[in-house]
Amino acid sequence: MTQSEIDTIIEEHGRKESAILAILQRIQSKENYLPKEDLEYISQKLKIPLTSIFRIATFYNALSLKPRGRHKIDVCLGTACHVRGGGKILEKLERELKISVGETTKDKKFSLESVRCLGCCSLGPVAVIDGQVYGRLTQDKIPSLLKEFK
Amino acid sequence: MKIRTKTDLEKIKERGIEILYPKGIKISVGMATCGISTGAQKVYETIQNEVEKSRLPIIINQTGCIGFCQREPVVDILEPGKPRVFYQEVTPEKAMRLVHEWIENRVIKDWLFFKMEDEEWIVDNKFWNYSIKQLPKGLDGAYIYRQIPFYNKQLKIALRNCGFINPDHIEEYIARGGYFPLYKALHEMKPEDIIEEVKRSGLRGRGGAGFPTGQKWESCRRAKGDIKYVLCNADEGDPGAYMDRSVLEGDPHSVIEGMIIGAYAIGAHEGFIYVRDEYPLAIKKLQTAIHQAEEFGLLGEDILGSGFSFKINLFRGGGAFVCGESTALMASIEGKVGEPRAKHIHTTESGLWDRPSNLNNVETWNNIPVIISRGSEWYSKIGTDKSKGTKVFSIVGKVNNTGLIEVPMGITLREIVYEIGGGIPEGKKFKAVQTGGPSGGCIPESLLDLPVDFDRLTEVGSMMGSGGMIVMDESTCMVDVAKYFMNFLKDESCGKCTSCREGTKRMHEILTEITEGRGKLEYLDLLEELGWVTAEASLCALGGTAPNPVLSTLRYFRDEYKEHIINRRCPAKVCRALLKYRILPEACTMCGRCAKVCPADAISGKRKTKKEEGIPFKIEEEKCIKCGMCFESCKFNAIEVQ
Amino acid sequence: MISFTIDGQMVEGREGQNILEVALDSGFDIPHLCYNENVKPYGACRLCLVEVSRKGRSRLTTSCNYPVLEGIEVFTTTEKVLRARKMVMELLLAMCPGSPLLQRMAKDMGINEVRFKKEDKDCILCGLCARVCDEIVGAHAIQFAFRGDRREMGPPFMEEPKDCIACGACVVVCPVNVIGMKEEGDERTILRWKRTLKMRQCKVCGNYFAPWFQLEKFREKAKLPKDYFDVCFTCRG
Repeated sequence: MTQSEIDTIIEEHGRKESAILAILQRIQSKENYLPKEDLEYISQKLKIPLTSIFRIATFYNALSLKPRGRHKIDVCLGTACHVRGGGKILEKLERELKISVGETTKDKKFSLESVRCLGCCSLGPVAVIDGQVYGRLTQDKIPSLLKEFK
Repeated sequence: MKIRTKTDLEKIKERGIEILYPKGIKISVGMATCGISTGAQKVYETIQNEVEKSRLPIIINQTGCIGFCQREPVVDILEPGKPRVFYQEVTPEKAMRLVHEWIENRVIKDWLFFKMEDEEWIVDNKFWNYSIKQLPKGLDGAYIYRQIPFYNKQLKIALRNCGFINPDHIEEYIARGGYFPLYKALHEMKPEDIIEEVKRSGLRGRGGAGFPTGQKWESCRRAKGDIKYVLCNADEGDPGAYMDRSVLEGDPHSVIEGMIIGAYAIGAHEGFIYVRDEYPLAIKKLQTAIHQAEEFGLLGEDILGSGFSFKINLFRGGGAFVCGESTALMASIEGKVGEPRAKHIHTTESGLWDRPSNLNNVETWNNIPVIISRGSEWYSKIGTDKSKGTKVFSIVGKVNNTGLIEVPMGITLREIVYEIGGGIPEGKKFKAVQTGGPSGGCIPESLLDLPVDFDRLTEVGSMMGSGGMIVMDESTCMVDVAKYFMNFLKDESCGKCTSCREGTKRMHEILTEITEGRGKLEYLDLLEELGWVTAEASLCALGGTAPNPVLSTLRYFRDEYKEHIINRRCPAKVCRALLKYRILPEACTMCGRCAKVCPADAISGKRKTKKEEGIPFKIEEEKCIKCGMCFESCKFNAIEVQ
Repeated sequence: MISFTIDGQMVEGREGQNILEVALDSGFDIPHLCYNENVKPYGACRLCLVEVSRKGRSRLTTSCNYPVLEGIEVFTTTEKVLRARKMVMELLLAMCPGSPLLQRMAKDMGINEVRFKKEDKDCILCGLCARVCDEIVGAHAIQFAFRGDRREMGPPFMEEPKDCIACGACVVVCPVNVIGMKEEGDERTILRWKRTLKMRQCKVCGNYFAPWFQLEKFREKAKLPKDYFDVCFTCRG
């Protein structure tokens, strides 16, 4: 993000230190990760030590320091989905995409994450891709599902 | 327009009633997350297009979740003079048809969910009657809403409006009695009176700890300081629990109203609602509701002409379970990481920015307007001796009817699982019900007649928690469940305390050893010791309750642990390392499907064709990664799992 | 003065003090790792646990951050306390089995074996280095990052800390001595953070006495003249 874009976001949040999480979430949502230079700039602008910002960036699940893929796959590992085989779906995805959970494919197409409980428990096992919920998943549905995404 | 007087409020109520019960046909689609995830958006659009295209005199509407999430998408049709009819599992195709059938004064029996002849307005203590004058054809024999086992034993206080109103219309909330309790509180009661009422009602915190709400409010009111805060904990993090989400998506004003009343009683002028990052729809609904409340003068300066001012800020979480802990939540709002701090000085005295702060859960706040309106005496008659009122539970897992239910405290687990939940699917045997999320424990069959309330659940090694209830059957491995929760907790621990960080890590490590066939009997005692120190030596409730899943499964299912250790066997056939996949040569039809899908190339054999005999397929144990794909693909039940 | 008892003995503390400091001053031996009287207490290690009885209720709590209150009864060696401390020590030792300090403390507590898979970490995650850097030095060069069992202490991005002035305070305060500092020629390195800075030479005695970067920071803050640190502290006096 450009410095002036960051300045705008900081202004919108009233230049408050306590808004740091919201500010970082804005950057994450636009850039798909938190670029190091952006964090250094925010540290300067808001006069928050870089150590504090790095701490926050690594504490919260919503933030990532590494670029996430164009399509984010969130496999629900909530208790109900786990009991219905959510773990197997995750492993199938790991095999198909050749990455582990928490990673992004080399071509930056997909990111694979796990999430706890989306509240669609009656549809389990469930995965959310780009905000769209796919329920009643079985291992054999995965390859064709992935093909739907460019 | 800003509401200033009771007359203003009543005018809006009338307007709201007209919107809720219009003169023509109104079709509502359940559009909470459960609905949307099953395709309610397409259903809504289909009906919308059809109505526009055919120029039908129909109003289309969205509501929240009516609780029986399994049967979503749910569509209901309302027309003056007729019963209100609800359809279940509606698809876009079905939607088209049932709209047209309705116009012909017919219903499609097989797709029906239930019918309603009246609605309970619990805030106003009355029923809205549909004044039925005619019945559409095909409706005979349809269940009435309250007759359905799922709804029969429920008493909806917190869920009073969910599924009945459009959460984006404040007028509908007001129509069903909303914001009248606020008027009463601001104009007819003193702050001390309100606190007394809440105390007398016996309301205890619905977030999990069950602390008496009135007492909390009182200590916050008494605390020194001009600036105080009220906070709403909407960081519902228990996997399997989504009660708060439903309330926020379906009836956000109920929480806002509760907070305004609480703020007035305590003397706070600013509030925060901390919503979990993973709930985008709830955040959206809250934003709309807060904005509307401000427009109507229910938030801001001089609320309802009372002179009391209060504003609410929405704070979005960053994805951390530990932020559901009160001091961690406050640290997060302050712009820090969600690390809990010692509570020798309570947050009611020194909380957010070191000021007196009162934090309550979504469901707790939502109960307040009803208590103010109906009175503490009425409320305290519901529930048990020490646990008053109702509780919303999410009943999920291996049970026929999954969804959200609200029942009076004191109902037994058996009633919930069998009567409301409809029992275990596929005729399997009940094994346990997990309550309280990662802080709770598993309750076995022998304790199914336990009345559900705060203290009874804690006595048996579990806890009420936020209300998640996960039903498990014989195909659930309890050791695996304990491992699952430990995995969650060690990730979500903030990591500060040695006892929690290392304790959860080591418990997970040991459970992994056991589920992978490397367990030793002495591990069981070691787990109990680790559990003890994690709970006793850690700072906050995450560490304090972390051992519960392990300790409760050890208490009631010790034999299952022993089976994993001594015989290296998983009776529920879940723990992969202990399984053997085997193709039964007699049953194998040599279709070759399993070999095709095997990712490890572990299956060999020869396909039977018209020309060749074929050789029964066989799985090579060393190569098998136990993914289960062969098992899933075999259409002849020729693969057995040992 | 606030009066309370520790193991039945009457002691006195001032408002704002915590139980641990009064206990240590009064000769009670409560083990602790993440406590240092020069910085704010944190409560991470969980070794300083005691049982506190207040208004009829007793609970296990860390003594380093529990305020002294009138009339409380503190117990430092109950069975519960000893059992908890022992397990916490065992967990610490399993994390950092190579630490001589931890080995000695464990032996004193009667721990003969570690029943968990030994890791080979050296940092006990007490946070003292960061607290000293934040509260006393004000450089904010290192801090905790990540969460749960992936928690670590280090500079941002785990790269060379650009704000570190190589003062060595963290080296000194670390209870398990795993940070380390070395000086070679005109360079000083804080080993764990891989921070190397060039030192300034005293115009009088010729010794390398402090890093340029550090001195420049002081000069800026205190608005001192450019040649102020031409002479080292020893020669100046």
